[in-house]
Parts: sequence; C-alpha cells; structure tokens
Amino acid sequence: MTGAFGALLILMCLLAPLAGSTTISLVRAFDRSLPFADNVDAQILFIARLPRVLAAALVGASLAAAGVTFQALLRNPLAAPETLGVSMGASVGAMIAITAMPPRLVGGMSTVPLAAFAGSVAALGVVYLLSIARSRGMSTTVLLLGGVVLTTFLGAVISFVQYLSDYTQTARMVRWLMGSLDVGSYEPIGLALIPMAIAAGGYATLPRTLDLLSLGAESAASRGVDVVRSERIALVSASLSTGAAVSLAGPIGFLGIVVPHMVRLLVGADHRVVLPGAALFGASFLIGCDVIARRAFAPLELPVGIVTAIIGGPFFLWLVLRRAR
Amino acid sequence: MLENVFVAAKRGAIVGLLGPNGSGKTTLLRLMSGTLTPDSGAITVDGRPIGAFSRLDLARRIAMVPQETHATFDFTALEIVLMGRYPHLGAFELEGADDLSIARDALAATGTAAFESRPFFTLSGGEKQRVVIASALAQASDILLLDEPTASLDLGFQLEIVDLLLRLNRNRRTTMVVSTHDLNLTASLCSELTLLFGGRVIASGPTERVLTPENIRALYHVDAEVSRHPLTRQLTVTPLGRAQ
Repeated sequence: MTGAFGALLILMCLLAPLAGSTTISLVRAFDRSLPFADNVDAQILFIARLPRVLAAALVGASLAAAGVTFQALLRNPLAAPETLGVSMGASVGAMIAITAMPPRLVGGMSTVPLAAFAGSVAALGVVYLLSIARSRGMSTTVLLLGGVVLTTFLGAVISFVQYLSDYTQTARMVRWLMGSLDVGSYEPIGLALIPMAIAAGGYATLPRTLDLLSLGAESAASRGVDVVRSERIALVSASLSTGAAVSLAGPIGFLGIVVPHMVRLLVGADHRVVLPGAALFGASFLIGCDVIARRAFAPLELPVGIVTAIIGGPFFLWLVLRRAR
Repeated sequence: MLENVFVAAKRGAIVGLLGPNGSGKTTLLRLMSGTLTPDSGAITVDGRPIGAFSRLDLARRIAMVPQETHATFDFTALEIVLMGRYPHLGAFELEGADDLSIARDALAATGTAAFESRPFFTLSGGEKQRVVIASALAQASDILLLDEPTASLDLGFQLEIVDLLLRLNRNRRTTMVVSTHDLNLTASLCSELTLLFGGRVIASGPTERVLTPENIRALYHVDAEVSRHPLTRQLTVTPLGRAQ
C-alpha cells in the first residue's frame, strides 16, 4: 500500500506542474537541445511551477507525519500539528518579521520564514519544558492543556502585533496567515529541508513505538519501550517538521488531522504503514489542493488553506460523528 | 505512599495483594514491573536488582496486565496481542511466522481466538481483558502482574478469568502477582496473600492463615465470616455488616 501512495505522489509531481494558465509540455521542457534561456517550457516549469509543487509535497508530508505522531503521542485521534502551539509560535515569528524587520537580511535570505522558524523553535522550547514535567509524571491531558493555553496566549500576541501595525503590514499578515505555497524560489525550500531532514531521522525510529505508546504509557513501558525517550523524540520530530512547514507556507489547517485518518481508513492502524503512508499521501493531497487553489477560480488564486479547510472540514465532521458510536 | 513493604513471590506461586482502594496496590505493582523506582529499598527478580536488567530484558521476564486498556486507534485483537512480541524483536524487525503462532496460541489460551480480526474497541469488557491477558502471554514472560483483573467485569467473566489464570499457572508455571479488593476472588485464586492498608503491610502469608475476620475488619471495617464452603471446598468470605 505504501507503494501505491508512492506511485500516487510521483504521478502528482508529474501532472501538477502542467496545471497553469500557460500550457507547457514536459517533453519540451526537458528538451536538452534548447538552451535554458530559450526554452520557455523549461523556464515556466523550473522557475514558476516546480518550486510550488516541491513546497506542497514537503509541507504536506511534514504536516501529515506530524499529525500522525501527535495523535499517537497524545493518545487523541483529534490531535493536530497545531495542538501544542508550535504553529502559533511560527505565526508570531512571522508577524514580528513583517512588522519590525526588513524583508531581507544582509545575506539575501528572506526574514519571514527565518523568523517564523525561530518562533516555532521558541514554542517548541515551551512544549519541551512541559514534556520534562510530563516525564516526571504529568499526564498527556495536562500536556494538551498546556498546548491549548500556549496557542491561545500566542493568538492574543498576534492580535496585539496586528493592532500595532499599519494597514499594509496588517494586510500582509492576514495574507500570510491564510497560508500560501507561492514560495517564489528554491531557497526557502532548501532552508526548510534542514529541520525536515532532522525530523525525518526522528520519525524513522518511531513507528512501532507509536503503536505501543498509543495504548498507554504504562502498557508501553511494560512491553519494554523507553517511554520518556520515545515521547521526547516524537515531540521534537513532530514539532520540528510542523515548524518547518509553517515557516515555509504559513499555517495550513486540517491536513494534519484529516490525512492521518484518511490513511488509517485505507491501511489500518499499524503506524509502520500509517506514518510513511500519511507522509506520502499528505504530499499528494496538498499538491492536489494547491492545483485546485490555483486553477478553480483562475486567474484568481485561492489561499490553499481555504481549499484544505473546504475538503478537510466536512471529512473531519464525518470522522467525529462516526466515532461517536 | 508505601512504607516498609516487603513482598516475596516464589516461582510458580500466585500471590495476592489485597487491600482497599488507595492502599498502594497499584503503586506496588508498578514498582514490581519497573515502571516506578522506589525512594529506598530494592526490587529483585531471581536475586538480581531490577535496575540491572535492560528494559527489553525486563519485559521478557515480567509482563503486566493493567486494570484497563484503551485503544486510541482501531487495532484488531491480533494486533494488540502481537504488540506483546515487541521485547523479542529487533528495532526494525517485523513479526514473523513464529511470532504470529505465539500470538494465536495466546488468543486460544484465553478463549479469544474467534476475535482475532475484530477491532479491539468492539469487544466487551471481559473479552478486552482476555485479549490484554493474551498480549501479556505473548510476551512469554515467567512472571505476570495483574492489576485488578476482574474489576468492572460481569460475574461470569470474573469466574472465567480466575479459571484462566489458574490454568495458566498450572500449565506454564507462571508466577503471578494479582492485586484485588475482591475477597472471594482472592480466596479462590491466590495461595499467598499480602494485605495492604494505608501503604503498609498488615499481614502476609498463606491465604488460610491471613484471610481472617480480624484482618478483614482491619482492612475494610467490616465484620465477616470466613469458612470453607461445603460445595466448592474453597475459603469463602461472607460479610456480616459494618463493624461497630
């Protein structure tokens, strides 16, 4: 089944760049006989379309994997990457960058993604402190509550920053908060890859442990799981990949809750299949949502977060009703 | 808070931890399984301190059945039982044919083979508990700790679990430590008892010697008669009323 998800992703990566106001052909784009400067199809593909598809794939995979991990870690099927406040932390970072920082640093790197990631790391720090309290016996419920409180507090900070800004800055902030995969170039993608790769390393150790942790810390411990260490790795990996995703594309909702459940409906509960499956399917899902966002009301571009909400919202509602057996 | 507690379980014995809610039974079981560390004193398995075992080693020696198991996701009964094989597998090793047959044997031993493909959450309380016991059996440990295994079960299932545990003890020589506050369950299942009250041991020893009206009054403030039932030949506790 993982193979099927992989094949779907490859298909999406090949087809998505073709969607756009100008028709391009992959064959012409890869025609080596034309120099790049003359090859319009190649330019459109590599400069305009591919970064967007790549960003969608990475953000979709990151948010889906984080969703799976948080749901298992918090033993709550309604948990999401946003639950513990990391996404809000990134948003605060972005707000501060838009208000108070120049658009680019001396080195040429754009400040908003960097500040957003710094914000997410700060929020991760707070959550990490909560996890230390957790390892001293704090329950996952308290961890969840801590995340909710952090999210609410940071939401107030964002409102405050918006209140102090002028109209242009506020407009930019509102746009950023809607989420957008229009990353512009490969540079922010390259930067985001660093924390995503670290998170992937963490994820690689987790699947079976997540199965056992989802039955309860005591059940997992009695079967030999190092609960404290595994929970910490899960927390940090999921937070890093969420922070990287939100720094790159802004907060994109619903994907992190909904994709894990879609995948579980297809392949069952075993995290050794669900975790990689969700990453692959999340990538395809977001690529698809972005194509819809770009083309549905062309030339008007919807923020991709609206598309994920329209698809994800009703599905999420159905999930909740289904679980209320 | 436990104080001055000494409990010993000989190989193949079924030891009961009896006491009212809050007396420290669950804490004591968690100390025995290694989930909690004592502030002072030591837990030893076959003479070796529990800290000397690696986590996986310990899981291969001791299995624990908690009072309740809640599956967040839709695992099947077989998947739950296969999780008991975790301490026997390498980091990225998948369950093999051996593991599958051990898991199926465990399901059969607990009378739950028919539920193999059913989602765990659809099972009744007694069925769930039996599947969790099967999962502990799949760990192939020689020590089994059970935290109130029959609490919240219907009478029929209570009797089933007692039968199951006695059978397992007979066939596999599994050492068991069972915490409970059900007096008659204790009497039918355990050969030895440790009575806990307020975190202290008030009596311990063979069941006939320890399960007395005086001790029951000390634990529950209830007057009771302990006699051998004419039909079952088992020690039976009959509550007479609250102590004055």
